[in-house]
Amino acid sequence: MSDPLILTARMNEHPATSHTLATYEATGGYVAMRTVLVEPGMEPGAVTDEVKTAMLRGRGGAGFPAGVKWGFLAPARPSYLVVNADESEPGTFKDRQLMERDPHQMIEGTIIASFANDVNHAFVYIRGEYPKSARRVQAAVDEAYAAGYLGSDILGSGYDLELTVHIGGGAYICGEETAMINSLEGRRGEPRLKPPYFPAAKGLYMMPTIVNNVETLSNVPWIINEGGAAYAAIGPEDSPGRRMCSISGHVNKPGNYEIVEGLTWRDLIFDVAGGIRDGNTLKAWVPGGASAPWFVPAEHLDLEVTKAVIDAHGSMSGSGAVIVMDHTTDMVAAAERLVRFFAHESCGQCTPCREGTTWLDMILRRITSGQGRAADAGLLYDISDNISPGVTWPPKMTTICPLGPSAVSPVASLLKYFDDEVEEHIANARLIPVTIGVRR
Amino acid sequence: MSYGWSSEAEALAETVMARYPQKRSATMHLLYIAMREDGYLTNDGMRRVAGLVDLSPAQVLSVASFYTMYKRRPVGKYLVSVCTSISCWLLGGDDVLHAVEDEAGVADGQTDDEGLISPEHVECIGACGGAPALQVNYEFVEGLTPHKARELVRWLKSARPEAAFADEMQELFGGDTSFDWAIPDHDGAPNPIPAFQALGTINTRDTGTA
Repeated sequence: MSDPLILTARMNEHPATSHTLATYEATGGYVAMRTVLVEPGMEPGAVTDEVKTAMLRGRGGAGFPAGVKWGFLAPARPSYLVVNADESEPGTFKDRQLMERDPHQMIEGTIIASFANDVNHAFVYIRGEYPKSARRVQAAVDEAYAAGYLGSDILGSGYDLELTVHIGGGAYICGEETAMINSLEGRRGEPRLKPPYFPAAKGLYMMPTIVNNVETLSNVPWIINEGGAAYAAIGPEDSPGRRMCSISGHVNKPGNYEIVEGLTWRDLIFDVAGGIRDGNTLKAWVPGGASAPWFVPAEHLDLEVTKAVIDAHGSMSGSGAVIVMDHTTDMVAAAERLVRFFAHESCGQCTPCREGTTWLDMILRRITSGQGRAADAGLLYDISDNISPGVTWPPKMTTICPLGPSAVSPVASLLKYFDDEVEEHIANARLIPVTIGVRR
Repeated sequence: MSYGWSSEAEALAETVMARYPQKRSATMHLLYIAMREDGYLTNDGMRRVAGLVDLSPAQVLSVASFYTMYKRRPVGKYLVSVCTSISCWLLGGDDVLHAVEDEAGVADGQTDDEGLISPEHVECIGACGGAPALQVNYEFVEGLTPHKARELVRWLKSARPEAAFADEMQELFGGDTSFDWAIPDHDGAPNPIPAFQALGTINTRDTGTA
């Protein structure tokens, strides 16, 4: 990793002041914005092309190339841009750091992306549980307005941009882009059907809308300054650049690490994250946020951490969150804890998800509490199959959004790698009255 | 029958609505303002929001009931939200929750008789690198132990800080954080509503504590 840091360089070098406009400008900040808007000035299409050349993939979870997404923007106007700062995928805490410690980097990326997409009003949708992030971003937005980087006729370029900070109400599903748009319209955060409601065509107020993640946009100033080709040259061809990796669980050094893909899982877990706590043995890990199918040491430890390799082995790099579990972990209980999240966060629109996640959770809970039944493993598979036919990866969908299939990931992983633990729980079940449905 | 908001809240509501192309988009913001006015989200508060954004009260209730942070019952001065999602669970989040419940003397989802402490379990709050973690009025404390969580609740009951300040609580009761917080934060939350300038729900100290 000899390449320079992109996302966290400033906060490492200026820890106490990296959030201020003064430090941001003293370290090359808002130069890319000037390049785009005034000196020499770029055409919106040229900005999009640069981001396409960079092969910058979305860092929110889906990994779709940002420049390609921008290219889908329909011609109707006004168009809108929404910064997705609703970071809620269990295991993920990178956007919080980027917003609290370098908010101007994200704002500059937002201004550039807004210009590229002919947007005059952008929004930052920050999850309600991140008020400190919201305060930092709002303070930075205020600074940017005062400096003339937001508002009317930015730097005399004739380009206008309003940026509104919006704070959420506590709902994971609002991280799904169409749910976010509904929420931003003052509605329940329920995902919309695609088609027809692709945000780039019919998004906020039914107008063309781009939704990009905080980290995705934070990469954009560097890409403009150094060129898309320079970004594309970092790391693997299919998923280049630097990305934030949030590592948590049973490791000695949890935290956010700015990595270049291509190292191995062994490097990441045992070197970067300092290995397993208390000298324990690695049992399994979630490679890309709670929605991702698990990896296990026997099959995956020496694989490369790249999007292509992770995809090829039936999981996803997702939000970049790696959750590590050691040999003391009860994997049925871990699956239950993951499924419980999705059951709680299901918006309730689609029956397979609303009912399926709840039943998966209740059955896993009865197994862990010593009430498991002989047929339960089959039942778990059957319900999973109803949510996502075939229980394949990438998942087939019976639902409007991928939340339901996400709940299947831990169950499928449990049955694939740790069915012996399921059987053991069931074999040791005690015959006392079943108490299910009590959520705590 | 004379329910109304303070003139300050009415003015804030106008400012907030002006920040969106369509005023309906201000609904979520306005619900927080309604909570601040009444201490929690009352039916009257939702009716006032409905009047402001031209929705029916039922539509506003439908929005409010979708999200977990709009509390439609009274909540204590300190809402203690303990994360029990996967990363916190792996490192003892459930034990932290039980310690908080035990010390508060009330269970998850309840409020003590004095209206001081409301423990609740929550899904992932984005503090996985500093697990187990909790929030007091949405201000973080990371790297907890059950013992430290007990001390925190005891301190809230005895010191009764005017607002929850993350840096102060972290210094007194926290351990490792998800990342270096680095920048002193002088803002805190005096009530169980996110402390944010635009909501008018913020307490600011002149000097930092950490």
